[in-house]
Amino acid sequence: MISSLIFTAVLAAGVAGFTYQVRRLRRGLSLARPSGRHDRQSERWSTMARVALGQGKMGPRPLAAAMHLIVYVGFVLINIEVLEIILDGILGTHRLLREPLGGIYDGLMNFFEVLGFLVIVACVVFLARRLGSGPDRLKHPDLAGWPQRDAVNILVIEIVLMSALLLMNAAEYQQLATSGQQLVASSPWLISGLLLPLFGGWSASALSAFATSMWWLHFVGILAFLNYLPKSKHFHIILAFPNVWYSKLAPRGQIPSMESVTTEIKAMMDPSFVPDPNAVPPARFGAKDVHDLHFANLLNAYSCTECGRCTSECPANQTGKKLSPRRIMMATRDRVEEVLAGGDSATQKTLLDDWITREELWACTTCNACVEACPVNIDPLDIILQMRQYLVMEESAAPSTVNVAMGNIENNAAPWAYPQADRGNWIQS
Amino acid sequence: MSLNVPTMAELAARGETAEVLFWVGCAGSFDERAKKVTKAVAKLLNQAGVSFAVLGAEESCTGDPARRAGNEFLFQMQALTNIEVLNGYSVQKIVAACPHCFNTLKNEYPQLGGTYEVFHHSQFIEQLLRDGRLRVEGGSFKGKRIVFHDPCYLGRVNGEYEAPRALLEKLDAEIHEMKRSKKNGFCCGAGGAQIFKEPEPGNAEVHHVRAEEAIATGADIIAVGCPFCKLMLTDGVTHHGKEGQVQVLDIAEAIATANDL
Repeated sequence: MISSLIFTAVLAAGVAGFTYQVRRLRRGLSLARPSGRHDRQSERWSTMARVALGQGKMGPRPLAAAMHLIVYVGFVLINIEVLEIILDGILGTHRLLREPLGGIYDGLMNFFEVLGFLVIVACVVFLARRLGSGPDRLKHPDLAGWPQRDAVNILVIEIVLMSALLLMNAAEYQQLATSGQQLVASSPWLISGLLLPLFGGWSASALSAFATSMWWLHFVGILAFLNYLPKSKHFHIILAFPNVWYSKLAPRGQIPSMESVTTEIKAMMDPSFVPDPNAVPPARFGAKDVHDLHFANLLNAYSCTECGRCTSECPANQTGKKLSPRRIMMATRDRVEEVLAGGDSATQKTLLDDWITREELWACTTCNACVEACPVNIDPLDIILQMRQYLVMEESAAPSTVNVAMGNIENNAAPWAYPQADRGNWIQS
Repeated sequence: MSLNVPTMAELAARGETAEVLFWVGCAGSFDERAKKVTKAVAKLLNQAGVSFAVLGAEESCTGDPARRAGNEFLFQMQALTNIEVLNGYSVQKIVAACPHCFNTLKNEYPQLGGTYEVFHHSQFIEQLLRDGRLRVEGGSFKGKRIVFHDPCYLGRVNGEYEAPRALLEKLDAEIHEMKRSKKNGFCCGAGGAQIFKEPEPGNAEVHHVRAEEAIATGADIIAVGCPFCKLMLTDGVTHHGKEGQVQVLDIAEAIATANDL
C-alpha cells in the first residue's frame, strides 16, 4: 500500500516535470515567426512515415543504420512493458498481465529480452565508436564539453535501463526457484536465463530485494530519462516526428520569396500598381536573432541529435573552414535556451555574432549537402540564408567582393563587369 | 559549321517565334572556357534542327548569386524584369546551359509569375537523342576514361543524375564514378556566390579537393554540366599540375566533339 503511494507520487512527479519541460519547449518554439507549413498535410504525414518512422534517410551508412534501428525498435517496443510496470506500481500487483496473456506473455518477455540485449550491444558499440574508433564527426570540435558528455550519458542510461530489466527477471526467477514457489515461467526466459549463475548461492530474501530494487531502478530510470531528454540532444527521439512533418516541401532549390520586397519592386516597375493596404511590412529583413527565424528552424534546432552527418559532408567544413552546419543548429538551440533563461544575455546578445559568426555564414556554398545528409530533414541552409539576408539587406555587410559582383548585376546584368550589350557576341566570335 | 542563332528580338521583328529559348547565362556569354560550352550547345541544337533563339542583349542575370548571397531585393529586381521579357515573348520552353540559371528559372520564377518548362542542356539533348533527332558518333572518345562530376544544382538540388550519364554512355568511353557522386557529390566550391569572393580561411580549397578526387579515378576527362564547375575544376586540375593530361569538358562539348561539330 505504501509502495503504491510512493510509486504514484514518483510517477506524478516525473510526469509533472516532463510536462513543465514540454511547456518550456513550446515557449521556446513560439519565439519564432510562423512557418506557414500547414499545407499539403497528406504529403506531410507520408513524409513523416517514410523519413521518421521508416528511417528512410539512414541508408547511406548501413552499420550505423542497423544499430540505430535496433535501439529505436527496442526503445519503442520494450516500453510497452512500462504499461505493466505502471499498472503493477499503482495497483500493488505483480506482473498483472501474465495471467490474462498466458503463453503470449512468455513470448513477449522473450522478445523483449532479446531486443534489450541487442540494445545493450548496440549501445556498447556506439560508445566504442564515440570514444574510440568511430568516424571523425563523433569526435569533432563541435562536440567538445557538454555535447560529448550528453551523448555518453544517454548511452550509459540506456545500458543501465536494459540491464536492470534483464537482472530483475533473472533474480526473480532465481528467487522463486530457490524458495520453491510457482515459477514465473515454466522455463527461464532467453537472456535472463543466461544470467542465473550470477545469483548462485543468494538467499531468497536477498534475491527478492535485488529484483525489487531493479524494478524500481528501471522505473525511476525511465522517468529520469524522460526528464533528461528535453535538456539533451536525445530529444530527437520525440521531436524527430513533428520535425519531419514540418519539412520543407517546396522544391529544394527554392528560397522562399519575400512578399514585401515583391510589392516594393512591383510598385517601382508599374506606377499603377496598388499595394495591399493591409500588408504589414516585416520588422526586419532576414534573421539576426532566433525571433526572426521561423518555427521549423527552431524545431530543427531542438530535433538535432548532433550526429554530424551534415558537417561531415559540408565542403566548407571538410576544407577546414569554420562553418559547421551541425554547429549552426546547436548554436540556434543554445540561443533559444539563453533567451528562455532571461536576464542580460537574453536581451543583449543575439544569434548573429554572439553565437554564429559572419565568417561561418559566408563560407557556405549552398550546395545542399547538409540538407541531403540529415536523417530527419533538418535544414541548416535555411538559417544560413536568412542570416545572410539580414547581413546584406539590413547592414549592407556583404564581403566587398560580393558587393562588387552585386554591383555588376545591377549595372551590367551579370556578376562580371561585362556590358549587357555584349551578351550575344559569342555567336559571331 | 556556322552557327544559326537568332535572337528573340530578331525573330519577333520578322514576325516569327522560336519553340525554345536557349538561356545562355553570364559565364556562357563572357567566359572563354564557358563560351565553348555555349557554342557546343548551339551547334547541337542546330544539328537537331531545333527551332530556338537566345535573348542576346536582353538576357540578364537570373539573380541566383544575389539571392544566395542574401540580396533578395536584387534577386527580385532581376527576376521580375526577366519575367517581363520572357512573358513578353510568350516563352514556353527554356533550355539553360547552367544549373544555377536552370534551378532559378525552374523553381524560383514561378513564385513571381514566371512559369516555364525548363530543361538543363543535358536533359534537353538527351531528349533529342531519345526522339531520334540527334545521333552521337562516339568514336573519338573510344578508350578514354571519363568521370562525371555532379553539379549540386542539377544533381542534389534538382534530382537529375541520369541525363548527363546517359549522354556520356553514348561516347563509347569508359565511364567511372567518384566515391562521392550523385546525391553525395562533393561541391566544386563555386555555388552560393562563392566564385565571386575570396574563400574563408581554411586548410584547403574546395575545388582542389574535388579535382584531386576526380584525378585519382585515373580519368582522362572530367565531365561537367555547369560552367562554374568547369572553371573551378579546370583551375583545380592546373593546381595539381595535370593540365596536359586531364581535360575538363562539359557534356555538350564532348557530344559536339564526338559529332565533329
